[in-house]
Amino acid sequence: MGKLERINRDFKVNRNFHQAKWDEPIIFELHKNGERGIVAPKADEEIERTVGDGISKIPQGMLRDEAPNLPEITQARVVRHYTRLSQMTLGADVNMEIGQGTCTVKYSPKVNEKLARLPEMTEIHPLQDESTVQGILEIMHKTDLFLREISGMDRFSFQPSGGSQAIMAMAAIARAYHESRGEGDIRDEIITTIYSHPSDAAAPAVMGYKIIYINPDENGYPDLEAFKAAASERTAAFFIANPEDTGVYNTRVQEFTETMKEVGALSCYDQANANGLLGITRAKEAGFDMSFFNLHKTFSTPHGCGGPATGALGVLDHLVKFLPGPLIDFDGEKYFQNHDIVGKTDSIGKVRMFNGVAPVVLKAYSWIMSMGAEGLYEVAKVAVLNNNYMFNKLMKLDVVDAPYIRGKQRVEQVRYTIEKLFNDTGITTEDVQRRMMDFGMHYWASHHPYYVAEPMTLEPTESPSKEDIDEYVETLKHIFNEAYENPDLIKSAPHQSTCHQLKEESLDNPAEWAITWRSYLKKTIV
Amino acid sequence: MKLKGFKSHPYIPNSVTDVQNEMLKEIGLADLEELHSEIPEEIKLKKNMDLPKSIVSEYELERHIKEIIKKNKTCEDNINFLGGGCWQHHVPAICDEINSRGEFLTAYGGEPYNDLGRFQALFEYQSLVAELVDMDVVNVPTMDGAQAAATALRMAGRITGRTEVLIPALMDRDKFKIVNNYCKSALKLIEVDYDKKTGQLDLEDLKRKANENTAAVFFENPSFMGFIEEGGQEISDIAHEAGALSVVCVDPSSLGIIKPPSHYGADIVAGELQPLGMHMNYGGGQAGFTATRDEEKFVMEFPSRLFGITSTIENGEYGFGDVAYDRTSFGHHRHEGKEYVGTQTALWGITAGVYLALMGPVGMFELGQTIMQNVQYAIAKIDEIDDVKASAFDSTSFKEFVVDFNKTGRTVEEINGKLMEKGIFGGKDLSKDFPQMGQAALYCVTEIHTKSDIDKLADALKACL
Repeated sequence: MGKLERINRDFKVNRNFHQAKWDEPIIFELHKNGERGIVAPKADEEIERTVGDGISKIPQGMLRDEAPNLPEITQARVVRHYTRLSQMTLGADVNMEIGQGTCTVKYSPKVNEKLARLPEMTEIHPLQDESTVQGILEIMHKTDLFLREISGMDRFSFQPSGGSQAIMAMAAIARAYHESRGEGDIRDEIITTIYSHPSDAAAPAVMGYKIIYINPDENGYPDLEAFKAAASERTAAFFIANPEDTGVYNTRVQEFTETMKEVGALSCYDQANANGLLGITRAKEAGFDMSFFNLHKTFSTPHGCGGPATGALGVLDHLVKFLPGPLIDFDGEKYFQNHDIVGKTDSIGKVRMFNGVAPVVLKAYSWIMSMGAEGLYEVAKVAVLNNNYMFNKLMKLDVVDAPYIRGKQRVEQVRYTIEKLFNDTGITTEDVQRRMMDFGMHYWASHHPYYVAEPMTLEPTESPSKEDIDEYVETLKHIFNEAYENPDLIKSAPHQSTCHQLKEESLDNPAEWAITWRSYLKKTIV
Repeated sequence: MKLKGFKSHPYIPNSVTDVQNEMLKEIGLADLEELHSEIPEEIKLKKNMDLPKSIVSEYELERHIKEIIKKNKTCEDNINFLGGGCWQHHVPAICDEINSRGEFLTAYGGEPYNDLGRFQALFEYQSLVAELVDMDVVNVPTMDGAQAAATALRMAGRITGRTEVLIPALMDRDKFKIVNNYCKSALKLIEVDYDKKTGQLDLEDLKRKANENTAAVFFENPSFMGFIEEGGQEISDIAHEAGALSVVCVDPSSLGIIKPPSHYGADIVAGELQPLGMHMNYGGGQAGFTATRDEEKFVMEFPSRLFGITSTIENGEYGFGDVAYDRTSFGHHRHEGKEYVGTQTALWGITAGVYLALMGPVGMFELGQTIMQNVQYAIAKIDEIDDVKASAFDSTSFKEFVVDFNKTGRTVEEINGKLMEKGIFGGKDLSKDFPQMGQAALYCVTEIHTKSDIDKLADALKACL
């Protein structure tokens, strides 16, 4: 026996973490005259003999006289640069995703990515003859059928390429629907709640609507009385998430959708928080006319730093003709793009070029196939189990609280408050957020403005293990203790992340903000 | 009846029964069924959903999906001449390598500290596109070029306080639908005619229509029909004389050789990024950019996130963050922010940055030159065919051109059917969207086409006419 000591790994808090930090220059600083990253194909010699240099034909005054000031960098250095940047990015593959509440960041199976990158997917053009794209049309049609079953809606479009674009499309459909009934001018209001995503207000506003917000009642439910008072012949639609970002499920949701029916308005469901409800309850039974799923969230496709994504938009039969077209259909023999169902004059037209982000739809199809109905039910149960397990642990901490429905369960996430910590120590939720980075973890406060003081929004999904959740909670506890014992350590965090605290003032100052490197060079003094 | 779950699923760690029991006990529940107690009974599903049986093994899942997607016929195994908003270009291996990195692929809304790489990569993408268009501000990319154009027009509407925009009659009809749906509540789109011989924007018609209500004159370069719009400066001048902005949609793959719109008066430039390193993906590779000068009145109208560079408290360290975040709908003003922002196409933005970093100025020049040489050769070869006219417009094409089949007595649909039998995807049929052009098709030729590809097309066209 030698003297080698066995290392003790019996601790929950990963105190020795340090994120990759490469101190990488800006890509322009890697420039060296004459270096090449890649050589573009040249025209065939015979073509060159026939047509000449090609560019002499460019009309007078349209030839670029000065080459763009792009850097010249050798290939390996480009690879090294971007690989390093990737290492300085905390994706779900490298951390336990609990802290990005409302984002449903779950495990994205590698096999799905591999399949989406086969040439049968990447090397197909969206305008190819239908007979040559039967595979992707089949995938799109079948995914539509799956989502119909999961939501109870009658028809899906994959054109919206994110949740917010789906919200915009729903508002456009509401507009087209009311116009078709001669009420387009009267119905100029859309109602939403303060705990729904900001886009539930912002995207309908782009479509020309006045926005009415409903506040929560003392239980955190959208105030039903206020809602009824706001509903009128001027209401075009109601946009809501359920559960909202607080994790509180609106138990009287049917009374809301009923109220909309009574005043002739539409109910639109933002299902960004659908993960904990798969196979449990559906949009249709709750009385919604339209709903959408974020395939990059609930269906794991994944988030890609913020897209490409899909906000799969489902509607009931009476709204199908307003959908952006074409829709994908099957006639018993072949799959085809149906341009007829979406009424030519009624349809909102299009919201995105072609027919959505095909690889995302394929990955969602594959994920659903790997789950089946029983797997989706398990996802919902485990996501809610994880959330309530963590909720229970955190609520035992003196400094953590969560407003509303005391003693009752939350669904997919919880918006906590650490106001007591702030009152006791002066440590804010942003301070805790930065300190969490020293342990390799995300932590999210809330959308703005903060309706819950010192908010902390956490969503474990079904992906972390019990040990992951325990570690996350232990890390929070560790930081809460630090707040009392060594608050400066938190105030000055992060210390072990990719960079230190930003000097943020310049980002809001037109004389100093620099959105590009060239701008930075112009605006900074040496 | 009790609904069934899926125990010990490989993607769900806590689907192990023992672990579940332990966790349930901790929160004082006996059974998973007792979760979801807040959901009203009457809207709870009483049985499992009706979905196909799951495919448990990864191998079988792969087999199943491959069986379906192998029904797709690819542009690798056929010769493709389709463009029209999505174009077949070479995708450098490194673009795929970087956008497959798990860290980028699975990141989302992290902070500038733990996602510094994401912020820097997108800042660099903004900076690289800025060089290409020779402007100082570029956004984190939006959905596609059409959305970028729509937002550019809404920005112009807000900046000028006006309510009409002039657009080319030869605009892609799908793009028109997208822009129209998005702008409808604030802007009226008015079409400007074109010269029937050259396709160029009719400047007289433009002058007639530009007035005190005009927020923007919008045009595309190259145009949807592929030719270079030659009167860029004159168009911008007409816009400016009317107090309107000049908004130009550009193909970034042309900018190694063709003047960027900022050199002929454009105030806002928009475009489609897909040519810069994205596979066609059946239309899933689209991403849009918008660019302006670095003036507060422009910057404050962007709805998109704009990543800026700054310093940190550590000497010599770069940091990145959101510029003027509160102008977006993520800021304090929600729906009173500028339009809306959300998940868009960040990964494609990073990829476009990788592409431009690899290509450099020389690569972008070579790319443009090869495309133009191939296109000119293709036009000449096709024009040799009896009764076929290439190009239909007497203007200079960049990578697309219109082939006029009217004299052949055949429809584009028939011709494309014949070409397909020979493994060729013929150009986009324009006869439905632009009936005034009759049987015409939009052909796309890029750097990936060889002489042999183009000769095969010409031979196949001859054979089927």
